[in-house]
Amino acid sequence: MNAILPFEGIGASVKRKEDLRFLSGRGQYVDDINRPGQVYAWILRSQYAHARIVSIDTTAAAAMPGVIAVFTSADMAGIGGIPCGWQIHNKDGTPMAEPKHPVLAEGKLRHVGDPVAVVIAETRSQARDAGEAIALEVEALPAVTGTTEALAAGAPRVHDDIAGNLCYDWHIGDKSMTDAAFARAEHRVAFETTNNRLIANAMEPRSAVGDYDTTTGEHTLFTTSQNPHVIRLLMGAFVLNIPESKLRVVAPDVGGGFGSKIYHYAEEAIVTWAAAKLGRPVKWTADRTESFMSDAHGRDHVTRAELALDKEGTFLGLRVHTQANMGAYLSTFAPCVPTYLYATLLAGVYSTPAIYAEVKAVFTHTVPVDAYRGAGRPEATYLLERLVDVAAKQCGFDRIELRRRNFIATDAFPYQTPVALEYDSGDYFSTLNQALETSGWAGFEARRAEAAKRGKLRGIGISTYLEACGIAPSAVVGSLGARAGLYEVGTIRVHPTGSITVLTGAHSHGQGHETTFAQLVCDKLGVPVAQVDIVHGDTGKVPFGMGTYGSRSLAVGGSAMEKAMDKIIAKGKRIAAHLMEAAVEDIEFDRGTFRVAGTDKTKVLAEISLAAYVPHNYPIDEIEPGLEETAFYDPKNFTYPGGCHIAEVEIEKETGKVSLINFTAVDDVGRVINPMIVEGQVQGGVAQGVGQALMENCVYDAAGQLISASMMDYAMPRADDLAPVSVATHVTLCTHNPLGVKGCGEVGAIGSPPAVINAVVDALRDYGVTHVEMPATAPKIWSIIHGSTL
Amino acid sequence: MPQVTLSVNGKSHTVDIEGRTLLVELLREKLRLTGTHVGCDTSQCGACVVHIDGESVKSCTTLAAMCEGASVTTIEGLAKADGTLHPMQEAFREYHALQCGFCTPGMVMSAVDLVQKHPEGLSELEIREGLEGNLCRCTGYHNIVKAIAAAAEVMHGKRETIAAAAQ
Repeated sequence: MNAILPFEGIGASVKRKEDLRFLSGRGQYVDDINRPGQVYAWILRSQYAHARIVSIDTTAAAAMPGVIAVFTSADMAGIGGIPCGWQIHNKDGTPMAEPKHPVLAEGKLRHVGDPVAVVIAETRSQARDAGEAIALEVEALPAVTGTTEALAAGAPRVHDDIAGNLCYDWHIGDKSMTDAAFARAEHRVAFETTNNRLIANAMEPRSAVGDYDTTTGEHTLFTTSQNPHVIRLLMGAFVLNIPESKLRVVAPDVGGGFGSKIYHYAEEAIVTWAAAKLGRPVKWTADRTESFMSDAHGRDHVTRAELALDKEGTFLGLRVHTQANMGAYLSTFAPCVPTYLYATLLAGVYSTPAIYAEVKAVFTHTVPVDAYRGAGRPEATYLLERLVDVAAKQCGFDRIELRRRNFIATDAFPYQTPVALEYDSGDYFSTLNQALETSGWAGFEARRAEAAKRGKLRGIGISTYLEACGIAPSAVVGSLGARAGLYEVGTIRVHPTGSITVLTGAHSHGQGHETTFAQLVCDKLGVPVAQVDIVHGDTGKVPFGMGTYGSRSLAVGGSAMEKAMDKIIAKGKRIAAHLMEAAVEDIEFDRGTFRVAGTDKTKVLAEISLAAYVPHNYPIDEIEPGLEETAFYDPKNFTYPGGCHIAEVEIEKETGKVSLINFTAVDDVGRVINPMIVEGQVQGGVAQGVGQALMENCVYDAAGQLISASMMDYAMPRADDLAPVSVATHVTLCTHNPLGVKGCGEVGAIGSPPAVINAVVDALRDYGVTHVEMPATAPKIWSIIHGSTL
Repeated sequence: MPQVTLSVNGKSHTVDIEGRTLLVELLREKLRLTGTHVGCDTSQCGACVVHIDGESVKSCTTLAAMCEGASVTTIEGLAKADGTLHPMQEAFREYHALQCGFCTPGMVMSAVDLVQKHPEGLSELEIREGLEGNLCRCTGYHNIVKAIAAAAEVMHGKRETIAAAAQ
């Protein structure tokens, strides 16, 4: 008798398979890995924002107890610079400025945290002790950290050969059409803002362990990465000149990424190189202060924008001028963030017919900036959703009605925007209506009045947003400057007795892939989730992969699995046809059972796989034994999740403290595989967005010192800073991938910051404010309320 | 080299240490109990929380030498010997209160102590305030708060099981 199994397929909130090891302390993070004979690396970093190296004397350090070697750039001759993975072209067609990014500083130090030298010693503390004995003599030079300041005439140069610190001057859209729209507009609304610089702060600091097998010449790197194959490609081909066949990169359990662990970092090359040089495994683990000054930062845009509207409030045109801070060097994907992941999103959910955007990327004496949860899309969304609120106020429109008036109609899909993207599906009216209802928008004024009686200023804010993820069609991104393809790879290995191993190029660092992906297989092949194991994060096991970022794992990686499962089913049908003496065309397949159409003759998947591996009765002349298939899936388009976020805040007048009271998210993430995991992803994303809006800020002082370089100084949200987040979904299916999925990893961080700031501005409506810059900290708000600065 | 003798998860160890050796270093590097994590260097994140004689303590700011004769419990020692999860561990799984898992050991150890210290029960706000010393970057805390409330019901005998508390 068949036991009645709980439904574990698409749509079930299956509890996570990975949780047991994490809850028992049996996760395997990089710093948990110890190799026989392992030694430790400690990195001396620049304390200066900008300086010329006069001399480095490592003699005393080398003589310290336990020290095995001390290396500077002079020892690494022949090693390549850290490559950038995306080339942007200027308005005039010339390529962006692309300075060399040395593994260890050569001649100059360009930001606080720039690595200068590395000490290798028997223990972690011996390496640190010796590092402090390195005598580094420098000539300090003037530095520039601000985006606008770096473009000003006479600003200190970050790279001697790059005039004006300009990385690129790029644009998109139709300028003359946009100018014409402004010329005939009834209303013109101008808005300026800075999107504050953030630090990802995944809870696990970056770590890398290099190992080298002298007998085989094989290098192994264990690293905290979101995309081990990409690291193998970049580091092997561009930095250390190691062929892929001799380089294995393993990203085991990784404790959060949020973008910051996409990039190839110097420390990965250092430990891989040093392990081979010394014949000892080498481990490096960042302490948190190092993370602050060496993990890629996020955001940091300065923008001027103008919106043109007609008399009724229809958007006619949008003009945007943005300056984006790249930091001192180009991190792996930095150039595409303020261009193709930002300016292409400036239509948002609106049918604005004419858009023109210019983006200048600039070098500064700061840590490199790259993608952080959302990457460009939060900056675009924040700009648009603040601008729409500012326009509503300035022109006297209701902020909800103004949005509705300009939404792309639900029957207008596929919809071509004026900034390159073609949206496949969406229903912005439904997500808006559902969020308005859930949040009790209509009853807000009563809550405001009640709060006022308690002496509190209460406000409500909305954001209707869209993002592009599931990146991306390889040919499209290649034409836009990507130096890689952005497909994904999946292998389905059906074992002889019917259990399944899935190899995926996507990487899980908190997303729950081991569960969600197993559900896909369960749903299609009828194998219980417990019998489906997901293998990821090891170039020695997984054929290839582009990794996890841009909410792509399910849309691209999951689609690769679907494609591989289709191949499994096709082969299985041929085997089943042979076993049941029927024509292949007559074999039907449904969730694990092959049936001769119209009969009760069936074979289950395990019978087919057994026949495939024990091919005694098998069409051996026609098909090979075994049941394993690999598929590469290259997406046809981006996916376009969207939705509506509503935040309600209260401000304490005496202190200016803003408290989040509640938050409503209604998101269209396409088909939902595991609702529990989707809810968790949205809640976590919203927490980071609320952090940006109210608390988090990366601060450099005038001399270029990183002031917010510890968790005491950089304000990450704690449990009592946040409020319950109500999460719901309204699904329209993605039309171009086999699963209909869109992605849920970033929506929370993209939609929420403008909702929160719109609520803060709404709460302050009696104080004549039109805008409050992020983060809306208590001193800032207090000054507005009390009409003076602290 | 100085030595310290302490009990970890019920097992006695005598370990060579330096004067500056931290408890977390002793656990991770000497005893290879890598479930206890280090997420910061300013005693802010709480990924390193263990119990010393039943009290939650940040092991990154505790000298190993201070633990002479102490009884230390780490995340590896929280479940029963037969593998049965502690109600707090079970609740974290039931409520999806973890994502990347890195803060989880410290979060669970802090939560167990918080609940034990409040037999009278905890409001949502008290749980949120009780987690001041633990940072999580993935979850937004909401499910952690729900998990702790459910575990508290089981730990204080108000419900039989986490599944019952989840109803």
